[in-house]
Order: sequence, then structure tokens, then C-alpha cells
Amino acid sequence: MAGDAPIAVVIDRVSKTYPGRSAEQRVTALEAVSLSVRKGEFVCLLGPSGCGKSTLLGIIGGMLAPSTGTVTVNGTKVTGPQPRNIAFVFQESTLLPWYTVLENFQIALKLQGIGASAWRDRAMQALSSVGMEQFVNHYPNQLSVGMKQRINVARGICLGTDILLLDEPFAALDEQTRMVLGEDLSVLLARTGKTILFVTHSLSEAVFLADRIVVMTARPGRIKASIAVPEPHPRSPDFMLAPEFGALRNELYAVLRDEIRQTVAAMRQARDAGG
Amino acid sequence: MVPRDRILVASIQGAVVATLLGAWYFSTHSSRLLSLFLPPPERVWSSFQVVAASGQLWAAAKVTLLTIAQAYLIAAVGGVLVGFLVARSDRLLKLFEPLLSGLFAIPLTMFFPLFILFFGLGPESKIAYGATYAFFPIALNTIAGFSSVDRLHVRAIRSMGANAFEQFRYVYFPAALPVTITGLRIGFFICIASVLGGETLASVTGVGRSIALSAELMETARMYAWIVSVVLVTLVLNLLVYAAESRLRRES
Repeated sequence: MAGDAPIAVVIDRVSKTYPGRSAEQRVTALEAVSLSVRKGEFVCLLGPSGCGKSTLLGIIGGMLAPSTGTVTVNGTKVTGPQPRNIAFVFQESTLLPWYTVLENFQIALKLQGIGASAWRDRAMQALSSVGMEQFVNHYPNQLSVGMKQRINVARGICLGTDILLLDEPFAALDEQTRMVLGEDLSVLLARTGKTILFVTHSLSEAVFLADRIVVMTARPGRIKASIAVPEPHPRSPDFMLAPEFGALRNELYAVLRDEIRQTVAAMRQARDAGG
Repeated sequence: MVPRDRILVASIQGAVVATLLGAWYFSTHSSRLLSLFLPPPERVWSSFQVVAASGQLWAAAKVTLLTIAQAYLIAAVGGVLVGFLVARSDRLLKLFEPLLSGLFAIPLTMFFPLFILFFGLGPESKIAYGATYAFFPIALNTIAGFSSVDRLHVRAIRSMGANAFEQFRYVYFPAALPVTITGLRIGFFICIASVLGGETLASVTGVGRSIALSAELMETARMYAWIVSVVLVTLVLNLLVYAAESRLRRES
């Protein structure tokens, strides 16, 4: 589907080192990561914890500066946050608790430069697309975690950017809620045609949602493999029962297993060295 | 609360006050010695009327309220400003937060004579004393408020393109407000207590001075009349502060 679309995001040999007081404290989160994402493509970043997936997302979104390398979005080099091109969706707790659901949308759309006449329609449309329109005057803490994340995802989509970065958006949800939300997301995003980078820990989520899954190594994060999922969007829940789904999931697990073991071994080593 | 519960609570509270007044009335009427130090309520009431009618009450209250207002203004502006600035950087926070809480733990009453030496017996010394005392809880709570801001909220609003002012307006300010308001309220009552305390210790004017003077002259009925007026004024101020607080919280 996105095979011949123009390139939207180019990540060119990006490294990120967090400085420490001493050489041992310095952490290399990413090492020479290069990746191109086509317009309209849905890419999942998968890897063991601490492999720099979120760091990479932060660098693409201009929230963090890379130590070396460059990121280019729609032909322009990224030097800071670019709210007109890129929207972030974090965990559900990023809805501001002192504003109602509608006010949260109002602020996001106002920062986006959308005028007083247009924001309400946009917000209501986004909320009804996730079935949350009757909760506009609720405060986030009055809603369940799953409802909040529906609203949060809707807010990210309604900002109208070409690119959407989702940083483990379903991490706080239970298995069943994340399955339902994943299905909804697949439908919604197929409709909008956005370019998406999605960080997750879940193999099933990655296979179900992505056009391409990029597997990263244990720290320092490098790209280990890139696996295509040739299933058209929107995907029905039946896809999860198909043999291709199981095969892809197993393939991913085989690629990831060594990295997870390595991460655990490194953690043990650090623990033994420390104490 | 259910209306019935509210009536119950109000009647218990009323009963406690009535019992205290009753105890006051009967104990002072049954013991002559006690009534020397604690005159019966009706004598306090008539003294109150005399003080109020003579215009002394209003003159003294004006001095004291003005002193409290000036002291509090200095403490509130200074405390919020210092608290905000300190909470802006981790280094300043590590440096000044322990220093401020350490200073607040020292009973500043010990230094009251210094305030008199520096600022004299007039209202200025009480303004300085009240402002200094109230500054600490306000600054400390403002620091606590601003350093409790969720980093994820800041990241989210930054990713939406908020500039420094918009980050403050939508995230830092509302996040810090509840704790800061608590500090402002604590500071307000500390301010009242230290101004009145300062006036009783060393002053030429004000309500506190009138209380101390009546005590020295053994005019106990008059002394309690002054105390009653302080209680009434504090009650009104208390209500005003709570009204202002709930309004601020609602508007944020």
C-alpha cells in the first residue's frame, strides 16, 4: 500500500549518548540508527526495555537532540518540536487532570492554531469517532484508564498532523482493553492515512497494527531486523486467528529472544557488580 | 453531606460552644477568686460595648488590620516569587529548599527584639516580623507545588508546540496551584498570629497592645473584650480566606 509512496521520515545514522559524570555512567541509548518511513506507512518499533525506542521517537519528534546524525521530516531537518507536522500520543495520564475532556482538546487545538470557530466541531468529531462524545464535560480522573486512552488517542489524531508518534500508548491498559483499542486504532488510522511510528512491547500488537515491524537490539539500540506485514488495513480481528499472524509472531519472537536474554544478562551483571 | 447530617453536625458544634459559654457563666458566678481573672460573660460584654462605643476598638483594629495586610502582601509576593524561582532549577532547589525549611524550623520569636531594634516600636517592626514569619510557609509550599509538576505533562504540552508562557499557563500554574494556595492560607494565619503576638510583646498601638495594657492594669473584663473582638475579626477573616480559596481553586 505504501510501497511507492514518497518518503516522509528519514532517520540518518542517529546516535544518542546520555552524558554521565564518569565513563561508566555514560549511556549510549542509540547507535547509528538509519530508517526511512514512507508516507502513510505504519511502523512498529519493537525491542527489549531500555533499547532506546522512546528515545528514537523523541528525536524524530524534535523533543530530544541526537548526539550525531540527522532526522528529516517532509524534507526538512528536525531541530525542535514541530507541532504542525508531528503529533505525539503518550500514555493516558498526559490528559491534563485540571481541565475537562473538551478543554483538553481546546488547548491542544488552540496551540495548533485552530480558531475559536472550528475547534469545537473538530473535537466533537474526534470524540464521537472513539465513542466518547458523551464524556466531554468529565474530568479525566472521572474516567477509566481505557476511556482516557481512547480520548488521548483521539486527541492525537484530531490535531491533523501527517505524522503520528505513539509512545507505548497502551502500556497502562489491560490485555482485553488494548485488543479492542488496537482494532479501533487500525480502523481509524486506515481512514486518516497518517504516517505512524508506534513503540510497543507487545508482539501481537505489533503484528496486528503494523505494515512493517522494526526490531531493535538491546542497548545500545541498533536496528536488528525489519519485518513486513503484508495485510491490508483496516484489519479485522479475524486476522489474529489466521496462520500468517501466528507465523509472523513466532518469527518476531525468534528475532527478539536473544535480545531480551542479553538485556536480562546485562541487568544481572550490573546488579552483581553494584552489590 | 445529606441535609440531615448537616443539621446534626451544626447542632453538635452549637452545643459545644453553648457548653463552653455555660461553663464560663456558672464557674465565674460560683467562685469570686476566679471571676477576678476571668470575669463573667455579661461583664465582658458590657466592657466590649464601652470599648466599641468609645471608638478605641475601631482605631486599634484599623492599625492592626493594616499591619497584617501589609505584612501579608510582602510575604505572599516574596514567598511565591522566591518559591517559583527556586523550583525552576534542580540545583537551586537542592541548595535553597533545605535552607528555607531549616530557617522555618527556628522559632523566629527569639529574634523579635531585633525587629524592634531595627524597626522601632511602631507598626513597621510588626510588618517586618509578620512578613518574615509568613514568608517561609508560602515559599516552601510554592516550591513543593512547582517541583511536583508531572514531567510527562510538560513533555506532552511541549510536543503540541507550547511556548514557555503556554507551558506555565496550562501545566505549571494549575499543577502548582493547590499546594501553593495551602501555603498562602497557612501563611495568612501565621501572619495574623505574629502581628498580634508582636503587638502584645512591644508596641505603642494596635489590638495586641490594648490586650497587653488591659492585662497590666488588671482590667480583665476589658482585656477579654479585646480578645473577643480579635476572635470575631479572625472568624470573619477565616471565612473570607476560605471563600477566596475555593474560588481560586474553582477558577483554575
